[in-house]
Amino acid sequence: MPPRAGVGLKPVHYRTILDEGPDVGFFEIHAENYMGAGGPPHRYLEAIRSEYPISLHGVGLSIGSAAPLDRDHLMRLKDLVDRYQPGLFSEHLAWSSHSPVHMNDLLPLPYTEETLLHVARHVDEVQSALRCRVLLENPSTYVTFARSPIPEPDFLAALVRHTGCGLLLDVNNVYVSAINHGYDEFAYIDAIPVEHVGEVHLAGHSPSHDTAGRTLLIDTHGSAVSDNVWSLYAYALRRLGPVPTLIEWDNDVPPWEDLSAEAERAETYLRQARPRHGAEVGDAVVAG
Amino acid sequence: MPSSLAKIQAEFQFALLDPERPVPAGVVGPGGMADARRFAIHRNTIMIGLVEALEQRFPVTRRLVGEEFFRAMARAYAAVNMPRSPLMMHYGDEIPAFVAVFAPARSVPYLADVAALELAWSRAYHAPEAVPLGTDTIRSVLPAALIRSTLTTHPSLHRLRSPYPIGSIWRMHQDETDVEALEDWVGEDLLVLRPHAEVTVHILPPGGHAFVGALAGGESIAAAADAAIEEDGRFDLGHSLIDLFRVGGVTRIEPGNENKGAT
Amino acid sequence: MDRRTVNYALAIGSLTAALALTATPAPAQDTSKEKCFGVSLAGKNDCAAGPGTTCAGTSKVDYQGNAWTLVPKGTCVSMPVPGGRKGSLEAMTRDLPKT
Repeated sequence: MPPRAGVGLKPVHYRTILDEGPDVGFFEIHAENYMGAGGPPHRYLEAIRSEYPISLHGVGLSIGSAAPLDRDHLMRLKDLVDRYQPGLFSEHLAWSSHSPVHMNDLLPLPYTEETLLHVARHVDEVQSALRCRVLLENPSTYVTFARSPIPEPDFLAALVRHTGCGLLLDVNNVYVSAINHGYDEFAYIDAIPVEHVGEVHLAGHSPSHDTAGRTLLIDTHGSAVSDNVWSLYAYALRRLGPVPTLIEWDNDVPPWEDLSAEAERAETYLRQARPRHGAEVGDAVVAG
Repeated sequence: MPSSLAKIQAEFQFALLDPERPVPAGVVGPGGMADARRFAIHRNTIMIGLVEALEQRFPVTRRLVGEEFFRAMARAYAAVNMPRSPLMMHYGDEIPAFVAVFAPARSVPYLADVAALELAWSRAYHAPEAVPLGTDTIRSVLPAALIRSTLTTHPSLHRLRSPYPIGSIWRMHQDETDVEALEDWVGEDLLVLRPHAEVTVHILPPGGHAFVGALAGGESIAAAADAAIEEDGRFDLGHSLIDLFRVGGVTRIEPGNENKGAT
Repeated sequence: MDRRTVNYALAIGSLTAALALTATPAPAQDTSKEKCFGVSLAGKNDCAAGPGTTCAGTSKVDYQGNAWTLVPKGTCVSMPVPGGRKGSLEAMTRDLPKT
């Protein structure tokens, strides 16, 4: 996977991408949108895959569920990995399902020893089923748990140690959560084991407020990346070196030019980033 | 060991799905206090996400009743039909059945059947790929052998029957232009399939519904013709068969048994 | 073979013979984008793809409350519906145009 800027693939841009062949580092797909048997989504994806690297981003596996992983869903992911050979595979440090209901949202976890062992077991299971490294993404959160003694970066670092997984550092999520819970976003970045970060996400958020009137940022993926997040990204790149960076824009999807301009801005930062000492740039995570 | 994580998630989910319930104990904002607006972000994301998924899957149904009514109906549906799968492309499979008994929509009697057409459309869109046979295939088989043959229909193929002109209504609502009166307010039998990249919708001729149904069920062409004539005496075998090939509805011809006539 | 079956064979035979007389050569293999992906216009694909997943949150508020004073207000209101009239079905050749 090249340490370049990529863009979240949206059906509204399929034609433009195939017709114009824009210079984009990679496209990221939401795995669940390509789990139909056939039809245009696969036709477009095959054509785009033949021209660009693809990263696979799962949004529905519910790795943080207390219940066992959905084996059928894991097999569907395996089929996609086998078929499209993504350069990266990522999922979320979150839960969505409490059997039998799937809530279609990424819900927060209490960071305890119990959760850690539990999530680590699920990550092991995913990595052995898919035979590839998982990048776990830090979530954006609005609530926390009264009993959640492990700081999030430490929790992620422990998961890396337990499972050998990598991390997807969502810089917008770091910023959103830091504002929402009142911690220092730069200190969060400092605490992340940078050598295990395989990808960065950038997205837009929307301001709101909570019942007490405090600022509450919502991770809406519906606008351009904010200046504060660009600054935090520049700060993170100083530690990370150049890593594949995705622009996520899932709601109110803009014309291709706007999305491409965001990716171009990320590329500008990436070109200025110095490779981390001892880092192997562009190492693939999918074996075979 | 009883999992406290399981208990936390059960309570979290319980509260998410019932807006009357308070924020679960131990779920807090900064300062350790519960905050209803923070918890509501998740309630909103879930419910609005599901409503929007239904709006995208049933755009004509939505246009027929208007945005406000559709969204309220979708919310009522989601309240009793939460997804069981993370595949949003399949969310709303029970919408036609729900709409059919949804009292506030009773004034639009054809609504459930239009929703069924949209459901068939979306299933055909995501159905497996298969290469349809052209009409030239029929010409290459002697008629006497052909009528004993069985056909494999395209995996994307769906049949619908409605006492309302749902195909014509659906076609009329493909964009935002003004709707006109339908000249023929008659029931329609429809064939929905995706032979190549695009989903196509066709009105079936008299007897076509039974004919295609019997063929899809593995009957020989002759047996399917019997079923079609029983359904409608105006059934025209030659045209119906060629049309089925012409629209890409057949992927394979399997020669029948020489000794076995029509049943 | 019973007589009805023979009739079926004749029906197909006469039609395929007629088809053969008017047959046009099969079009060359169409490998264009239209063939592979369909002709639906850019911008409509999003709709055609149906509901997609998201890993984002929403800033919209889901209004609760009793909505069931609502009545349908879409195009169903302006579309005249003659009551109960029955008629013959049209032939399959009356294809519905592509969206």
